[in-house]
Amino acid sequence: MIFQKSVLALLFASAAGALGALAAGPHALAVWRHWDLETGRARQLRLERRSSLVSTGMSLLLVVQAVTLLLFVFNADRMASQFVGAMCAVGTLQVDGFGFPALIARIAVFFGSGIWLAMNAVDGRCRDYPLTRPKSLLLLALIPLLALACGLELAYFRGLRPEVITSCCGSLFSSGSPAVTGDLAAWPVERAMPVTFVVLGGAACLSAWVARHGRGGLALGMAGLLAFVVALAGVVAFVSLYVYEDPRHHCPFCLLKAEYGYRGYAFYVALFAATAAALGAGALAPFAGRGRSPASAARLQSATRALGGVALGGFLLVLLMTAWQITASGLTLFPHG
Amino acid sequence: MRAWINRQSLLVDYTLSALARHGGRNLGLFVVYSGIVFVLASTMLFTDALRREARLLLAHSPEVLLQKLKAGRHAYLTREDLESLGQVRGVSRVEGRRWGYFYDPVAGANYTLMAPGVDPPDRGRIDVGDGVARARGLAVGDTLSLRSAAGGLFVLVVGRVFSAESSLVAADLVLMHPTDWEAFFQLPGDVFTDAAFTVDNPQEVRNVARKIGERLPEARVILREELLRTYASLFDWREGILLALAGIAAAAFAILAWNKASGLSADERREIGILKAIGWDTRAVLTMKMWEGALISGGAFAVGFLAAWVHVFHLEAALIVPVLEGWSVLYPRFVLTPAVDAVSLLTLGLLTVLPYTLATLVPAWRAAVTDPDQMMRGTE
Repeated sequence: MIFQKSVLALLFASAAGALGALAAGPHALAVWRHWDLETGRARQLRLERRSSLVSTGMSLLLVVQAVTLLLFVFNADRMASQFVGAMCAVGTLQVDGFGFPALIARIAVFFGSGIWLAMNAVDGRCRDYPLTRPKSLLLLALIPLLALACGLELAYFRGLRPEVITSCCGSLFSSGSPAVTGDLAAWPVERAMPVTFVVLGGAACLSAWVARHGRGGLALGMAGLLAFVVALAGVVAFVSLYVYEDPRHHCPFCLLKAEYGYRGYAFYVALFAATAAALGAGALAPFAGRGRSPASAARLQSATRALGGVALGGFLLVLLMTAWQITASGLTLFPHG
Repeated sequence: MRAWINRQSLLVDYTLSALARHGGRNLGLFVVYSGIVFVLASTMLFTDALRREARLLLAHSPEVLLQKLKAGRHAYLTREDLESLGQVRGVSRVEGRRWGYFYDPVAGANYTLMAPGVDPPDRGRIDVGDGVARARGLAVGDTLSLRSAAGGLFVLVVGRVFSAESSLVAADLVLMHPTDWEAFFQLPGDVFTDAAFTVDNPQEVRNVARKIGERLPEARVILREELLRTYASLFDWREGILLALAGIAAAAFAILAWNKASGLSADERREIGILKAIGWDTRAVLTMKMWEGALISGGAFAVGFLAAWVHVFHLEAALIVPVLEGWSVLYPRFVLTPAVDAVSLLTLGLLTVLPYTLATLVPAWRAAVTDPDQMMRGTE
């Protein structure tokens, strides 16, 4: 099913990202090995000139990678009507064995891109380019990830056959499922709910602290990652139940459907943006004290503050939306509470 | 943040005035770019609209259809068959339908002759679709002579012509009285072409269809959801093929854009040289060139998309209809409902703006990193 407009666009975007990163690889390697702002050698001048091209091109391609994650999920949901047994994106992603690996690789690309973009934005604003070498190293690490995501996506779309009978979300996200999704669905609500609120609340508090002081990025990065995992687990364990008003429907993908007002998009965009900002702050943390000049150090701190602010906004939105789902729902899970 | 916005707005301001100065140079590129967007957008808007029409149309069709087969060929259902099938648990209603095809050598077209179970026309009278009326120049009160299966002429009076709004379903339709239908096709009164089933519980449709199939093992059972899926796949595939072909044109255009962006005019060289000499750094010049690309892209995208909108929803998509719709003598005339979704816009943007931006990036960078004196002397 490669000949579909969204599939063609997704494959084109993925291939452009992977090929662009591959083309930038030799430059990234040269920067990692030879970058020295103190020298005025011809090689250094060449690297500096080429850096502007690589940073602009990769910024463009990685922003596209981030945006197309949304298109990938939306497309999976839309294509569900073409497969027997599929009710939402889960059915489409399960048509062949590459669906979920492709999605996970795309999520990894999203966060990798987010970190690189944060580093690149700060680096471009400092006169002594303190992050040029680390961001080159990150770009080298992103090359296999982008290539893997592109390969998995191609394999996934090539494997989509309309005659395949797939299974719906009910079988994957049920407490009887042997997969990890079954364990998440079986996570008791009375435990899942406080844990989710405490972890998300903690991440929001830490974000506020970072947004105020411009320090503590590393802790925020780790807390953000933990909050991301716990929030997703919380969606499967209890948020979904309140949204669908059905104590057995645990699917985190049906939230994206029109009949639930597409509210999943607002929830996930906030969660992903907050996590990416937290990870970005975490990635900047090791370089906070190493600016060559006070101006660079101040820029790093101000960027960490800004990322803390974005993370705070995102985590607060996720908390508010979760609380709202529970209070506005017609489902009552704790009749005596 | 405010400083960044100020910087970008000043760059846009400068880029716009530069574009106005060198307007003619980019005009050809702009026209070709708009043309590419136009073709891609027309394809997407048209297939999206057709998919929507098919979905709306099939929403009112029966959940399950059954056609009897004998030795793999179509056979008629009997009244006993229908009675037996009606007893399947979950079936709330079963209707035997009587219809057949008739090739009219005068129009060179196939008609669908149908005897409706409810509210049929009077004997000797017919209701015709607008495609049939157009092909034979018929109006209410006119007579239509068709050669029946027995070989004799069958003269029927047109009682009603269906409006053009129903053309998508009724263009080739001729409704007649059941007795006329039996006499025309020389068929007995208790046979049916197929059966339509109503199933009240949507969750049970598949199970009910399986049970229906078990009662008549040789029959073909067709589900509404299968029809929808087939239409969706068909339109997706046709659209994809056309887009892939247009993608080749887009690739050729990207090469043209690369070529165009690589060859700076003497004026542009001097301008960039002066900008660098007065203190613009490489990143600022690169950003300015990127803005130039974005403004051309945005403009061409808007013009191409609007032209496609007019083409599809006001000019009946005349340029792409033969490829996407299929062909028939009695092709229905229909007006599509204008609509666009965010995914189509995003996809179109990815397929047009991204290749152009990538193609112009390297030439823009080359222009940006060249030394100012070389630029002004014209030695680079």
